[in-house]
Amino acid sequence: MKLILHIWRQKDRQSPGKMVRYEVQNVNEHMSFLEMLDVLNEDLIARNQDPVAFDHDCREGICGSCGFMINGVAHGPQRGTTVCQLHLRHFKDGQELWLEPWRARAFPVLKDLIVDRSAFDRIIAAGGYVSINTGGAPEANSLPVEKTKADLAMDAAQCIGCGACVAACPNASASLFTAAKISHLALLPQGEAERERRALNMVAQMQAELFGACTNHGECEAVCPKGIKLENIARMNREFVQAACLHREPARETGGA
Amino acid sequence: MKLDARIPAGPIEQKWDKLKFDMKLVNPANKRKYKVIVVGTGLAGGSAAASLGELSYNVEAFCYQDSPRRAHSIAAQGGINAAKNYQNDNDSVFRLFYDTVKGGDFRSREANVYRLAQLSVNIIDQCVAQGVPFAREYGGLLANRSFGGAQVSRTFYARGQTGQQLLLGAYQALERQVKAGTVKMFPRHEMLELVVIDGRARGIIARDLVSGEIEPHVADAVILATGGYGNVFYLSTNAKGCNTTAIWRAYKKGAAFANPCFTQIHPTCIPVSGDYQSKLTLMSESLRNDGRIWVPKKKEDTRPPSQIPEEERDYYLERMYPAFGNLSPRDIASRAAKRVCDEGRGVGPGGRGVYLDFADAIRRLGRQTITERYGNLFEMYERITGEDPYRVPMRIFPAVHYAMGGLWVDYHLMSTIPGLFVLGEANFSDHGANRLGASALMQGLADGYFVIPYTLGNFLAGVKPGDGITADHAEFAAARRAVEERLRRLLAIQGKRTVDSFHRELGHIMWEDCGMSRHRKGLESALGRIRALRGEYWQNVKVVGEEAEINQALEKAGRVADFLELGELICRDALERKESCGAHFREEYQTPDGEALRNDAQFAHVAAWEYAGENASPIRNIEPLEFEYVHLAQRSYK
Amino acid sequence: MTTVAINQEAERTITFYRSVVGKKVMMAVTGFLLFGFIVMHLIGNLLIYLPKDSHGQWPIDVYSAQLHAIPELLWSARIILLVAVILHIIAAWQLSVLNKLEARKQGYVRWTPVASSYASRTMVWSGPIILLYVIYHLLDLTFGAFNPGFEFGQVHRNIVASFTRPPVAAFYIIANLCLAFHLYHGLWSMCQSVGIAHPRYTPVLKIASKVIAVAIGIGFCSIPLAVLSGLVR
Repeated sequence: MKLILHIWRQKDRQSPGKMVRYEVQNVNEHMSFLEMLDVLNEDLIARNQDPVAFDHDCREGICGSCGFMINGVAHGPQRGTTVCQLHLRHFKDGQELWLEPWRARAFPVLKDLIVDRSAFDRIIAAGGYVSINTGGAPEANSLPVEKTKADLAMDAAQCIGCGACVAACPNASASLFTAAKISHLALLPQGEAERERRALNMVAQMQAELFGACTNHGECEAVCPKGIKLENIARMNREFVQAACLHREPARETGGA
Repeated sequence: MKLDARIPAGPIEQKWDKLKFDMKLVNPANKRKYKVIVVGTGLAGGSAAASLGELSYNVEAFCYQDSPRRAHSIAAQGGINAAKNYQNDNDSVFRLFYDTVKGGDFRSREANVYRLAQLSVNIIDQCVAQGVPFAREYGGLLANRSFGGAQVSRTFYARGQTGQQLLLGAYQALERQVKAGTVKMFPRHEMLELVVIDGRARGIIARDLVSGEIEPHVADAVILATGGYGNVFYLSTNAKGCNTTAIWRAYKKGAAFANPCFTQIHPTCIPVSGDYQSKLTLMSESLRNDGRIWVPKKKEDTRPPSQIPEEERDYYLERMYPAFGNLSPRDIASRAAKRVCDEGRGVGPGGRGVYLDFADAIRRLGRQTITERYGNLFEMYERITGEDPYRVPMRIFPAVHYAMGGLWVDYHLMSTIPGLFVLGEANFSDHGANRLGASALMQGLADGYFVIPYTLGNFLAGVKPGDGITADHAEFAAARRAVEERLRRLLAIQGKRTVDSFHRELGHIMWEDCGMSRHRKGLESALGRIRALRGEYWQNVKVVGEEAEINQALEKAGRVADFLELGELICRDALERKESCGAHFREEYQTPDGEALRNDAQFAHVAAWEYAGENASPIRNIEPLEFEYVHLAQRSYK
Repeated sequence: MTTVAINQEAERTITFYRSVVGKKVMMAVTGFLLFGFIVMHLIGNLLIYLPKDSHGQWPIDVYSAQLHAIPELLWSARIILLVAVILHIIAAWQLSVLNKLEARKQGYVRWTPVASSYASRTMVWSGPIILLYVIYHLLDLTFGAFNPGFEFGQVHRNIVASFTRPPVAAFYIIANLCLAFHLYHGLWSMCQSVGIAHPRYTPVLKIASKVIAVAIGIGFCSIPLAVLSGLVR
């Protein structure tokens, strides 16, 4: 089969970019979308042109590296799927496709379809963890966790940090990403001790990175390759409101003798 | 080369405790003065960087991905072993140790494996405390399952995404240290050279993959946790970016490379569907708990599976290995699949596949239960193949998965270069000739959380922080020049063939002649062909683009150049190991019924290869292995 | 001591409001107050369909008189509503600047909605239209500025006088369709913003929001149509 691609080409962070049209011949429906781009790139190299740069790594839908817009939908038309697992059987022969990088101020384009998602790391660094040093852990089964809570936490923890939620959001909000981590830890007893601090700091960091605000469109949930639920954003809001209203400053430590 | 494994004296249960007490400590106030480089941020590297940061060492962590959270540990599906004996099924540290040594076909170091089994229990405690959402029973306690080749339920899991959850735990701990300022993170950086000064590892040369800048980084110790080299086969279950460059550079600077030919082939992967294929996808081994593996009894039977009656099916694993059946260890299951396909009884396009059938399990347990257990795996299979495994049996075939071999390390996880430590899949230490399911995650985390924080301290306590070395040192300048020249050379060749076409060809040679089964002739021919291919590579490869930009073709070109050298070493190691053991199967050395035939008299040792220069053959050093606690015996899963 | 505490509380409020979540909570709470008003207002308005009572008075006029009977109450309500409107608008303005102008400087060449509703994407337009209408509506029926022959307290008469002019009726209908759209997304959205969500109740809540929004739209729009068609005279 054959595809017509319009791909965003941009040399580096500073340069302006533009859509460039390519035709890919001789691809078949069993190929993954990225394998089709591999074919295009081999062809571009043969013609002495710069291959299209795109992030990818595991190619099995779990590392979260890959992702771009296909015809205006993050990760393309198939639900619950990253582009690396999207196969060409979901497209028609001769179809015209527009590929664009994630667009958000917090995700500057580095080259072609590659964006800088380090803002996500900084959101996690702001509080997306349990403060436990190596070696300080109690016996694992000393802390029972209700199965349904553990399952819900796992649902949220499945986030792969690909950024599709931000890309799809009309407001470029990172609420689903942030909420997934806040939810994961808020649902577990292990996360209880830092619950308030976590919600306050992560929400503040999300905002400092210049992501937009959630206005409950639900686009993020629809494109999330891991099916992270909008319910998590409600939980984040709840956690934040609770923390903002009830948070107390910790006592200052005084020196020992 | 002298290989001193530095195994502490005393009974095996006490070795680690004794060593811990004997080791020197670094004054807490001095820790921040020591700079430690960690390359790779998977389970081993991520957990090491976080733990060392917590101890307040001055850590710099590097990864080629855009975030430490993306390391390929994330793709591990099945689970992590730990000798907790929560199921009261008579598991113990000793049993996990025993199983691992036996599963590794007696080619691993007893002391290391015992320590791994001991630490396994701490890992679970640590991860649970971090908030890793392991599967739970209704009573709220942790759930276990049995996993590939184990007769006890000791595997902890988080749906089919255990690696992801464990890695996110380590990643979160790492980001906490980034925030605390003890760890400085360098994402989108690739280590291209190791710098050795006065016989000690003193830093690395890294390329900033965004700006293309070549940067020297000085340290008091370097930790490599850069994973496995399975991509030397081109098609593997590894991530596209997984490479050997870091450990290969270290090898060329004097670190011994141990048992490179021990590469594990995983039995349950989705078969290759065409030449364009860029990677192989693993289906968790846990599927073998309920799925039954079969092929038609008749050769070249092209009937759809539903039309092949029960009596014309060969459930070959159940037939050949009645005790373990579909749960036989990976190497055995893989070879059996190859054998039936070689007989012409393989299924699917090209005849390279066997059925993994859930019809019985669905009948017995109901579709609901199967969905609960394997729902996400079934979905993944359908996404990739377009077939519904609830109705049609899955087709699976073995694929390259894990490298048991790697840089040689002693009991302290230090390589033959002082100050260079190697953790996780990048080292060779714990899995011998074959790794058991759910043991890789265990090893990565044991190394990173619980071994390196102590052994690194012991090393650093013996050296002065900084020691007056800066990035201006002549060795740094030379290493940097070498890196730049190499990159420029790759860009200047401007030949006719793309990097991928060379990589594919290398992979083909490796898979055909150094894959699931190997023989002398094939290996000798492979050695010649790899050498020729490498010669052509440096004449005819085509890399477009520039040095000072994001250039994914250039990144690949450097990695494949190293694979072309490693491939040769793997074949050489396979050729020299004149026995069959674990994943290494030499056709010349097998029992009459086709099982691996070990030669303990001559090969109960680690082969540690030493680089001897560009035009010299590498030197094969030997570390003899002694088995005091697990007695050498032929593995039998019948 | 007290000053510190007060400052801390002030600081806390500011921090809360500064966050995007805080602003959304503000929108939800003020939105809820306004929604309450709308429901009451609609119930009041629907009295227009009742015939004159035994004293020969329109029930809607009586109701209006009762509302005006206690000025303190009336003005308290008016002030609360006015503050709510202002806060709702300020928060909306600030969020829109962030969302539409700041967070994504360069837009997509192609963008295809997958899950969002037309209503949710047009909140930023339906809101201002409603605002413009409310201003006109107050001038028309509360202050009588645009109403031909306005008589204070003669609500029935004033309404009929206003809506017999087709352009005014049309404006009213458009504005109330906007209101229905606004509520269509807003009602469920405000629950989500303050953190009310549960897999069992959220779907019900979403449907209920839509039903209520449609009912409110129909309720309001029926009045000018009734006037124009001569049903209410």
